[in-house]
Amino acid sequence: MDDFIAARSQMAMSLGFHIVFSCIGMVMPFFMAIAHFIYLRTGNAVYKGLTKAWSKGVAILFATGAVSGTMLSFELGLLWPTFMEHAGPIFGMPFSLEGTAFFIEAIALGFFLYGWDRLKPWFHWTTGVIVGLSGLASGILVVAANAWMNSPAGFDFIDGQYVNIDPIQAMFNDAWFSQALHMALAAFVATGFAVSGIHALMILKRKNLVFHRAAFRISALSACFAAVLQPISGDISAKDIASRQPAKLAAMEAHFETQANAPLLIGGIPDETTETVKYAVKLPGMLSFLAHGDVTKPVTGLKDIPRENWPPVAITHYAFQVMVAIGMSLVLLAFLYFIALTKRKKWLESNWLLRLFVIATPLGYIAVEAGWVVTEVGRQPWIIHGVMRTADAVTPMPGIVYSFYLFTAVFISLSAIVGFLLYRQIKMVGKLYDVTDPAYQQTD
Amino acid sequence: MIFVVIVFLWTSICLYLLLGGADFGAGIVELVVPRRYKLQVRTVMTRAIGPIWEANHMWLIIAIVILFVGFPKIYTTMSTFMHIPLVAMLLGIIARGTAFVFRNYDAVDDHWQTLYARIFMWSSVVTPFFLGVIAAATVSRTIDPQAGDFFSAYIGSWLTWFGGAIGLFTTAICGYLASTYAIGTIAQETDQTLAIRIAKRFIYFVVVTGALVFLAAVYSKIPLIEWIFSGAIGQLAIGLATVSLVLTFLAFRKRKAVVSRILAGFQVVMILLAATYQHYPELVLFKNGQGLSLLDHAGDEKTIRALAWALLLGSVLILPFLFYLMRVFGNRPAQTDKYDT
Ligand code: HDD
Ligand code: HEM
Ligand code: HEM
Repeated sequence: MDDFIAARSQMAMSLGFHIVFSCIGMVMPFFMAIAHFIYLRTGNAVYKGLTKAWSKGVAILFATGAVSGTMLSFELGLLWPTFMEHAGPIFGMPFSLEGTAFFIEAIALGFFLYGWDRLKPWFHWTTGVIVGLSGLASGILVVAANAWMNSPAGFDFIDGQYVNIDPIQAMFNDAWFSQALHMALAAFVATGFAVSGIHALMILKRKNLVFHRAAFRISALSACFAAVLQPISGDISAKDIASRQPAKLAAMEAHFETQANAPLLIGGIPDETTETVKYAVKLPGMLSFLAHGDVTKPVTGLKDIPRENWPPVAITHYAFQVMVAIGMSLVLLAFLYFIALTKRKKWLESNWLLRLFVIATPLGYIAVEAGWVVTEVGRQPWIIHGVMRTADAVTPMPGIVYSFYLFTAVFISLSAIVGFLLYRQIKMVGKLYDVTDPAYQQTD
Repeated sequence: MIFVVIVFLWTSICLYLLLGGADFGAGIVELVVPRRYKLQVRTVMTRAIGPIWEANHMWLIIAIVILFVGFPKIYTTMSTFMHIPLVAMLLGIIARGTAFVFRNYDAVDDHWQTLYARIFMWSSVVTPFFLGVIAAATVSRTIDPQAGDFFSAYIGSWLTWFGGAIGLFTTAICGYLASTYAIGTIAQETDQTLAIRIAKRFIYFVVVTGALVFLAAVYSKIPLIEWIFSGAIGQLAIGLATVSLVLTFLAFRKRKAVVSRILAGFQVVMILLAATYQHYPELVLFKNGQGLSLLDHAGDEKTIRALAWALLLGSVLILPFLFYLMRVFGNRPAQTDKYDT
């Protein structure tokens, strides 16, 4: 492995790790706020236990999110100094606002986690909501920074110089809205299905039924609403890319030949050397429709893009297929759940629906990772689309491979410990958090 | 506007040293006290820092963001040539932050606690030590952008006696801050006596490592004494720090927790002031005699203005909440101190 590949892998791994925890940081506070709200309104102690149980888990995940985010703010400079030297002053605006959002989040979290017996109930509840709002705001802001890399704005690039810098314009770049919307929904989908899947499993195991049913209802409903909206927002993103980053769109679709009435490929194995795709199902005209809203419009193929500007086609294509396949399956599951809620109450008691939710536990997160691979790998070979190449941005320090090994070890051990701790939290639900359980012991 | 940004940068670094430093200090204190006091120390410290550690740690993020938005050349130079100690510092931050939460939020209380505790204590030493090492390297004219080989470019610049001494000094300061801070959070007489004894030990540690810093400077021919004492501000800052050190002992004797806390914080601010004012506006000094100045290497005018506004706006939003958080959780000693053996 050479240093450049090592740097890219380390960045990808760190971001891929962080995103899991940031999704949780954006969404769980809202789930807690709902449970907390029900408790404050009804006085039902199950919901108090649920809020507490969730908040214990979230405290662990939050800390992991905070430290992995801190790593990232250093890694940007450790791995990509040339990029940061020029990009920092341009796309820094969202980061400086994000700093404020993080700060408010960290403060509100302190109040929320330690405020149970010290704050007035509704003030305490409000601090929880503030955690969620500021988490969501920081997610949206940091995505604005990433969107700038896809759609550079707010400066002029003249003779290798970055002039006429306008940080506000850079923040509200063209890709900002579509990416931020899609990311925010994705966070709800991924976290919602992960949480509801775990609670569905516990219901299937007939453990602490009242508690887990309450938890399941809150998380599954939120997940399903977001899941239905996700493809719509994905379509907005795709149209955006078609106009801005034709190479990325072509790689996503493994679309080699520029043509009108372009077909949408489902599955298939792209081969970059022969510029063909094997074993794909073709839906004629659908790609033109997806990209431009009109089946007759032509879609640029990779053959019309200089080869040195091609992203890795196969990875981008597979990742996109995975994301869309998962997105569609989750929409289906969401509809089943809505039917169960409104017309077929029996289904709610039946095991097959719960089993489907158990299967869906990791799917949202897989889609999130896949989606980011589409965005980031699809942008290659550019670190700033059309302006700076990734290869020109990497640190001059040799030996990054060792840094990559080190960080890999760190992430593996962190994942293992976090998984272990969450497992123990769930195992202890009866004793610590569920008032209806005979083993329940009042702790504080 | 550039001065607004510079003031924020200095203040964030200062607050990270004070508040983040006190956090790290909690682990350092736990590490150095004899085994029979460890549990007691841990209970006191956890209560003191639990609600505020994430907020304290944000000052570092703010400083980093200010650097890469406002002074990109400085940020990238530092992260290129200080790559290795920065990674060491990061590992410390990761290990400590997670171990702290793991030990307090693990649903089951068993032998895993020993592992969390060990990671927590040792990583609390690593971060301030390397923070000191990095700070030392920026001003000791050892960073050499023209260096030809790996060792002198990426290792020789920070692996120095002076760096080591500053690293120890920073570690000592963190322990001192934590132990003084803790005094105010303790209600019980016996515990307070213990905390004061620990705090005194750390004062000696600070003085000894401070002396080491000067020795190392003389040995490495770094004109530290000249930097600090050549100007009125430096003399005044060091003078005030020394006087307040003596006052701290008095405050300990009278058991004035808040006063000793303020004095300790004041000393650290004075030390940082003495250490930084002489180079201002230069932040990084190179081997070849040149340096990176905050004024010459600032980002574009418009960027600085936007950054300054973001920071001002942010502080209006943040500071009231932060003070309230510290008031609710930081100052009041808990009514009952229960130690679970
Ligand atoms: C739960 C997760 C999830 C699900 C179910 C989907 N996506 Fe997605 N997608 C993401 C999670 C995600 C993401 C991880 O959040 C990305 C990466 C960057 C971004 O803004 O969102 C993303 C990126 C992304 C992009 C690239 C955006 C860019 O590079 O600017 C496109 C075109 C789509 N998505 C389209 C879709 C479509 C048509 C879906 C149909 C079902 C879909 N996504 C489902
Ligand atoms: C958290 C979600 C994200 C994930 C999972 C992610 C994923 C990735 C991946 C897979 C790569 C490697 C691409 C390649 O080398 O082929 C990469 C590169 C990179 N990403 Fe992201 N990314 C995310 C968000 C961001 C954000 C928000 C930023 C910055 C604001 C960012 C900045 C970078 C940089 C600087 C690189 C390295 C240069 C490059 O390879 O283009 N990423 N990311
Ligand atoms: C799309 C990608 C990203 C999203 C959606 C995202 C979102 C979030 C969210 C919601 C949090 C707070 C929740 C938590 O602590 O668990 C967080 C934490 C953090 N993120 Fe990210 N982030 C992304 C990428 C990045 C990048 C590229 C950086 C650095 C340049 C970064 C830096 C941080 C930092 C420093 C924290 C810790 C804040 C604290 O201490 O509370 N994040 N992120």
